[in-house]
Amino acid sequence: MGSDSNNIIDAYTSGEYKYGFHTDIETEYAPIGLNEDTVRYISAQKNEPAFLLEYRLKAYRHWLTMKMPTWPHLEIPPIDYQGIIYYAAPKKKKELSSLDEVDPELLETFNKLGISLEEQKKLSGVAVDAVIDSVSVKTTFSETLAKHGIIFCSFSEAVKNHPDLVKQYMGSVVPYTDNFFAALNSAVFSDGSFCFIPKGVRCPVELSTYFRINAANTGQFERTLILAEEGSYVSYMEGCTAPQRDKNQLHAAVVEIVAMKDAQVKYSTVQNWYPGDKNGKGGIYNFVTKRGICKGSNSKISWTQVETGSAITWKYPSCILLGDNSVGEFYSVAVTNNYQQADTGTKMLHLGRNTKSTIISKGISAGRSNNSYRGLVRISKNAVNSRNYSQCDSLLLGDKCGAHTFPYIQTENKSSIVEHEATTSKISEDQLFYCQQRGIDTESAVGLIVNGYAKEVLKQLPMEFAVEAQKLLSISLEGSVG
Amino acid sequence: MEPMVLTPISKERLLDLYQENRSSLSADDSPAVRANREKALDSFRKLGFPDKKMEDWRNTDISKSLGLAYDYPLQPSEEDDMQKVFRCNIPHLDTAVIGQLNGWFVSKDVPLMELGNGIIIGSLAEAMKKYPHLVEPHLGNYTDVESNGFAALNTAFATDGTFIYIPDGVKSEKAVQLVNVIQHRENIFIQSRNLIILGKEAKLTVVHCDDSYDHQPSFSNIVTEIVVGEGAFLDHYKLQNLNNNSTLVSSTWFHLEREAKLESHYLSLNGALLRNNTYVRFNGSFGSANIYGLYLMDNRQHIDNYVAVDHASPDCISNELFKGILDEHATGVFNGHILVQRDAQRTNASQNNRNLLLTDTAKINSKPFLEIYNDDVKCSHGSTTGQLDETAMFYLRQRGIGEDNARMLLMFAFADEVVSKIAIEPLRYRIEDMVKKRLQGELQICEQCVLHCSTPEHPMEFKIDLSKI
Amino acid sequence: MLLKITNLHASIKGKEILKGINLVVNKGEVHAIMGPNGTGKSTLASVIAGRDVFDVTEGEVLYNAKNLLTLSVEERAREGIFLGFQYPVEIPGVSITNFMRTAVNEIRKYRGLDPMGAGEFLKMMEEKKKLVEITSNLTNRSVNEGFSGGEKKRNEIFQMAMLEPTLAILDETDSGLDIDALRVVANGVNKLRTSENGFVVITHYQRLLDYIIPDFVHVLFEGRIVKSGGKELAMELEEKGYDWIKQQL
Repeated sequence: MGSDSNNIIDAYTSGEYKYGFHTDIETEYAPIGLNEDTVRYISAQKNEPAFLLEYRLKAYRHWLTMKMPTWPHLEIPPIDYQGIIYYAAPKKKKELSSLDEVDPELLETFNKLGISLEEQKKLSGVAVDAVIDSVSVKTTFSETLAKHGIIFCSFSEAVKNHPDLVKQYMGSVVPYTDNFFAALNSAVFSDGSFCFIPKGVRCPVELSTYFRINAANTGQFERTLILAEEGSYVSYMEGCTAPQRDKNQLHAAVVEIVAMKDAQVKYSTVQNWYPGDKNGKGGIYNFVTKRGICKGSNSKISWTQVETGSAITWKYPSCILLGDNSVGEFYSVAVTNNYQQADTGTKMLHLGRNTKSTIISKGISAGRSNNSYRGLVRISKNAVNSRNYSQCDSLLLGDKCGAHTFPYIQTENKSSIVEHEATTSKISEDQLFYCQQRGIDTESAVGLIVNGYAKEVLKQLPMEFAVEAQKLLSISLEGSVG
Repeated sequence: MEPMVLTPISKERLLDLYQENRSSLSADDSPAVRANREKALDSFRKLGFPDKKMEDWRNTDISKSLGLAYDYPLQPSEEDDMQKVFRCNIPHLDTAVIGQLNGWFVSKDVPLMELGNGIIIGSLAEAMKKYPHLVEPHLGNYTDVESNGFAALNTAFATDGTFIYIPDGVKSEKAVQLVNVIQHRENIFIQSRNLIILGKEAKLTVVHCDDSYDHQPSFSNIVTEIVVGEGAFLDHYKLQNLNNNSTLVSSTWFHLEREAKLESHYLSLNGALLRNNTYVRFNGSFGSANIYGLYLMDNRQHIDNYVAVDHASPDCISNELFKGILDEHATGVFNGHILVQRDAQRTNASQNNRNLLLTDTAKINSKPFLEIYNDDVKCSHGSTTGQLDETAMFYLRQRGIGEDNARMLLMFAFADEVVSKIAIEPLRYRIEDMVKKRLQGELQICEQCVLHCSTPEHPMEFKIDLSKI
Repeated sequence: MLLKITNLHASIKGKEILKGINLVVNKGEVHAIMGPNGTGKSTLASVIAGRDVFDVTEGEVLYNAKNLLTLSVEERAREGIFLGFQYPVEIPGVSITNFMRTAVNEIRKYRGLDPMGAGEFLKMMEEKKKLVEITSNLTNRSVNEGFSGGEKKRNEIFQMAMLEPTLAILDETDSGLDIDALRVVANGVNKLRTSENGFVVITHYQRLLDYIIPDFVHVLFEGRIVKSGGKELAMELEEKGYDWIKQQL
């Protein structure tokens, strides 16, 4: 490729981050730094029951004994955990009873993001839980959902109204001992979403949580818990953005999913945290633990993620396939540009008989970024007749980026079949030429090809999200491949 | 003869052993070699033996092997029957045979053969004395003693092994067969070191065999450095057929200059624990390397193939294909790492690992890694584990072939993809025979070298007649 | 009566493909089964041969008055059923010679015969090669490995000649063949036709039936035989297309 195409790559890959604004909202903060008092402060702010404070403190003490993982293919600058504010919340004057009482600045923030919290304008068929900094500000659609017995609320509300469910399931899929960031989250998590689908109910709308970091110098530690009872179905979407700031901000979330017999959970993420500027300054550190357990037979958990944001991403949405005939899926498009780094993938742990998993990962690296797929497929001895198929492709745009693939494949019985394939290449010049010959300029051709490359994953997204994701891909990679 | 004191292998034991024998170990060293030895020892002191906490060793546990009590001879033993070594050649295979006994070069009468065309074959210790200008620029130059504890240990201790030198432009017609026989009256810890140098446009075929002659446990730590000069061609074979009590850690560094070509074949047939570290570095453009592996393990055997290919130069091609059949309680590891460096444009690299598990107690861990820092590449990898192809089974059975035999044929076909890459015909037939025997569970360590298992006088029976008619 | 299929239902992973097939093939007859893609033609062939990915849920298949459905794949083959594959499988490392010798001797053993000696076997190979007009060195190569589409199909016919089946089912043997290869394949079949054996020729196009003249033509549609007739039915289909059948239903 000539220098022309390199220019185009530059143009394409330097698409501006359009969610970089921040809003002046009156905010309450926890004192900077982390110690047991911080943990107690957060718990007190939320009027939590004793068991939760106990849990947080245990997690905090365990966290103190842990070290940040060094095995990812990431260069993580030292993080000063005492320099972070662990709790920030838009100031509430009193309990909100209607949307009119929500801070107009805050409403405006979400409007700017294209998320309407006003009931009359709400996205058709999507219930939204909006989380800004540390707290959930508004959940739409709750009444409609209540009719079906579905609980969809902020995590704090769930703690208040459904403490038994929280107590039973929180930490059951991702225990606080799981890893450094899960321990940290368990100690200081502030809010998040909670979702319960009763037996036999097919959730009539897409559930969606929108996460926004607004305040400077704060970390965001939300927790999501999804419980799908026997024979239920839910599709859940998660989106996130953050303002453009020079300093890195930490986001360490935990997502837990429990799927009982015959239940299906589809979890989609479009992750667009601020990635930092062209020179790698600023951006979110996105260290997330997501895991689901297919507890009952014939259950299914499907993860779809489009990762375009964050300075550093460390994230492995995983499935524990415990129930016989259960199914795990992971579809991922991860785009890194400029100085972004991503180490992302999945774990498929086959424990039950006849379990199936599919992994489709499409990595796209541009600029000076590094993009790694890391995945584990383990077929345990008892998981007879299990199947895994993995396809992990990497596309390199430009000669200063890196694309890496680290699959771990462990098979312990003879009746299972595991297949892993991966390719790494640059964009096909034949395809580009073909498009150009049909009169399509290089930049559009690249957009077309990249979207085509990612299509297998994008088509897994709910419609409302797919359009956004496609646009996002084009912005992140505008002119990407010459 | 004093009674031998046998001790388990440990860092402390070896550091002491080095201390006690420092002067004798380096008695014949040049200052450079001696300095390397000391440096390697320091490194070993830091590294020790690998354990399961290390990423590259997490699925291979050597503690049991290290824990046996061994003898650590630092001199070749005189009493063994050297002749035995030479029994071990393949019928019809026209090779120059080099014998090693427990890692020591034998045939002391002619420690170094110098052929008319400039080829030198013989003892590394002797070559260091006689041709320091050939040995020193290379010896220890390619091994990574900084991070590989076994290589560090070997560099500190090894005093002999095999040296092969093929001068510029010389194409060796005969294959060189390097047979390392392990036979000792006690358990033995072996460290030997080989250096093979191919000059510009040179050509060589090397068949490197490790064989047990008895059932005595052994632990071998073998390091081989191989330089393939500009435009040179090396066809390399590694045959591993040790008894069920023996451990082999074999590390080979291939250093490929511009337009060098390498074909390497790892054929692992037996052994308690086999670990092959293969490092290929493309030091110049337009090099190519095909690395094949076949492992057939049963019992509680363990095989671990670690293959690292460093595309440090543009326009090189590498291709790995490792296939294995694991039966009973056997366990296997494939650990492949392709590194494409920033400036290695137009790299073409592929990596494949295919496994068949025959029981629910066999296990395989496959980790094909790609690490790529250049956009102008074509890289791919694949790993499959599973059963024999159902469609192929149906096809064979539809022709009236019973299920067991159909399975056997397909396993043979599975292995054949690697076996068929063996360019030396007599060797290929021999390996085919061994694979057939192995698939029938008949291959065992004989009193003699197992390569004799199918001499023309004792034709081998195979239930399904696959032999050429 | 060689083969009698009565009300055969078969499904794969719970999906029913064959929905009540009835078919009788007598010795000396050639039956052609035609039909659009995806109507169950190949499934029928696989079910007769005994492929276990299909579940027979109902019905009966008698072969020489024996219940075929209880026999394994290889037992059916040894009883004289040959399936010419639409997509013959590649088996690297196993030469056709050894493959055939293993098959011939296993079948002989089943029938209580002694294994064939190497010399006799080679002679037989040469004869059969000639019979099916294989001039190339096909037989020293690994089974189907690197064969062109035409070579694979010829190799199927060669194997059929070697195994001398009583009932041969040829599954789309004509697909992907050029006109010369088609003629070779058809000639092979015609030479092997006797009053003692039967053929079921599955094909999408009428073309093959210009060379292999069928006694009966059946149209398979959505898992059932919806129309049967003589060779003129094939001509009619060629002329009017499968839509014509659909309209009639």
